[in-house]
Amino acid sequence: MSIATILLVDDEVPFVETMTKRLAKRDFQVETAFSGQAALDVLENNRGVEVVILDVKMPGMDGIETLKQIKSKYPLVEVIMLTGHATVESAIDGMKIGAFDYLMKPCDMDQLIAKVMDAAKRKRDHEEKIVQARIQAITTRQA
Amino acid sequence: MQFDSEYYKILVRNMFLTIITVSFVPVFFVSATIFYQFNVSHREKTISHIVEIMQKHKLHIDSFLQQKLADILFLEKSSGITNLLSEPFLRQQLLLLQKIYGPVFVDIGFINTQGVQVAYAGPYALEKASYENTEWFGRAIERPFFISDVFLGLRGMPHFIVTVRETVQGNPWILRATIDFVEFSNMVTQIRVGSTGFAYIVNRDGKFQTKPIFDIQDSIEAVVEEFSRAQILDNGVRILERRTSNGKEVLYAGTWMKNNEWLLIYQQNKSDAFSELYRVQWISIGIFLLGGIAIVTMAWLIAQKMVGRIAIADREKEAMNQQVIETGKLASIGELAAGIAHEINNPVAIMVEEAGWIQDLLEEEDVRNSKNLEEIEQAVRQIRAQGSRCKEITHKLLSFARKTDSRKQPIQLNHLLTDIVGLYEQRSKYSNVKITTDFDPNLPMIEGSVSELQQVVMNLFNNALDAMEKNKGGELTITTRKEDRSVIVDIQDNGSGIPEANLNRIFDPFFTTKPVGKGTGLGLSICYGIVQKMGGDIRVSSKVNEGTTFSLVFPLNEEEIMRDGEPTDS
Repeated sequence: MSIATILLVDDEVPFVETMTKRLAKRDFQVETAFSGQAALDVLENNRGVEVVILDVKMPGMDGIETLKQIKSKYPLVEVIMLTGHATVESAIDGMKIGAFDYLMKPCDMDQLIAKVMDAAKRKRDHEEKIVQARIQAITTRQA
Repeated sequence: MQFDSEYYKILVRNMFLTIITVSFVPVFFVSATIFYQFNVSHREKTISHIVEIMQKHKLHIDSFLQQKLADILFLEKSSGITNLLSEPFLRQQLLLLQKIYGPVFVDIGFINTQGVQVAYAGPYALEKASYENTEWFGRAIERPFFISDVFLGLRGMPHFIVTVRETVQGNPWILRATIDFVEFSNMVTQIRVGSTGFAYIVNRDGKFQTKPIFDIQDSIEAVVEEFSRAQILDNGVRILERRTSNGKEVLYAGTWMKNNEWLLIYQQNKSDAFSELYRVQWISIGIFLLGGIAIVTMAWLIAQKMVGRIAIADREKEAMNQQVIETGKLASIGELAAGIAHEINNPVAIMVEEAGWIQDLLEEEDVRNSKNLEEIEQAVRQIRAQGSRCKEITHKLLSFARKTDSRKQPIQLNHLLTDIVGLYEQRSKYSNVKITTDFDPNLPMIEGSVSELQQVVMNLFNNALDAMEKNKGGELTITTRKEDRSVIVDIQDNGSGIPEANLNRIFDPFFTTKPVGKGTGLGLSICYGIVQKMGGDIRVSSKVNEGTTFSLVFPLNEEEIMRDGEPTDS
């Protein structure tokens, strides 16, 4: 059983590959995508993804656009933005539209893991609340 | 410079000519009009004065002659023929006339039809003198009374006579009296105006009837001749202007009298008659010339000054353009640097991750026993450490090269300076320069644009490092402090220094001591412009071979001063 399921999105293939290996070694289940569109496809096919690690600067659909799409289709999935320094502003913009946090590249593994854990916990909390709310709704209806 | 001095010379000339034209044309027309009007009216006044004198004297002379004639007429009418033939009676009458009128009457004579003077009283021995063939007798015998022209006569003295005809036994006889020429002449010669104005009488043939007190210096016949064609004023006086033989302009005024037989002429040199006019003329020419010189001088000075200003404005514009270009260049270099930094960031991230992966793998059992494990771990750590260093560098560069924005915001100078010092660490090492900082930890914030301030500080750093490179190293000290109502940053180097002669030119645009192509001469000028715009000031003190200190002085805004003014111990 993995600690959490992560979707890693970046156009830098070697970066994604190494990251995947390192995260997998730490008992995370890692899905990968090399573009914004691919990320959306993966999410569509794999509902188990809890946290998306998303590079801001990508060719084609960029991180912000991808974030918007993810948040509108899968509002409970948490997103951590990954950025070079020049795009801190856009990472902050991203947080305004619902990203969980941002990290600067190259990032410290421990830091990353801590953030991912937090994000996954929040997602689970949200889901828990929704389940509770549904149960309450059903029980109140029955009563 | 793009503007050569020829351009400015032409500009000065055009401006000069325009000012002169605009100033002179109205002055010229106004002066000319006034002068012409004055000329005309003064001329009229002068001439009317002369005319008045002429008329007065004409009346005077006419009445004098009439009176003499009347005297003789009275004598003739009041005395019988026998009395007139008696010389003692005539002598008695002569004495009487002389007693009343002075020595005007010289003698009296009674002449018969044949022209023989039958009776005579006077100083000359003219009894029985015959006048039969004289010109005047012929005319006198035909008229009831007659006044002759001046003639020498038998006595050989200039004189003229008045005659009255008397009929004796059906034949015309004549009673005549001689009028003293000198007495008569004095009446005319006393007409004097100015220094050259005088009068005289001539007859129709141009013979003088009185003695002119000055030489006429002109052909009197020509004058008389010309008078007949001259312009006649409404009171019968004719005005004539002639140039005499010696080149003098003379004004003549004449009027006919004694039944158009005599011409009373008054003449005066124009320079004398119109002396006042000429004086005014000279004064106005003087004023005009002085004014003209003043206008020309002022026009020249103004043109020079204006063009000087224009030249300065052109230079400033040029500098501004250069500054804009320079800023644009800096901005694009900044963006380029940002791009490169970003691109490098990704490979570095991958390298760091790969190193991390190796570290992860080293945890595995099978490699744990390798004898070189220690070394490998060491190497991987080193890779990671260097990767972090790269990251730091690119991040600094990126934070620096963010889009230049000139928005005002509060700036903590200590942080800004720390960042820049960080950027210069590497370069200063190569230049063998030690950078030391001495920051006031309680430095208040100032208002300004971060990117502009960076530009200023970096420019000063570059200059300082350049100056110290020449000396193979040195020390750069950056100090921040608060003083009264301003924050001061001192950037002090111990480089080659600035010669005193250049010290007050270093902020001039295009002033550079670097070789052609190495410096634009705009760096400090741009710094100066930026700091001035922020309301601050740049000061410089320098000694050759000892070093230079640039001080940036920024004013604190009101809020900061207020906040600072409060007690801080709370």
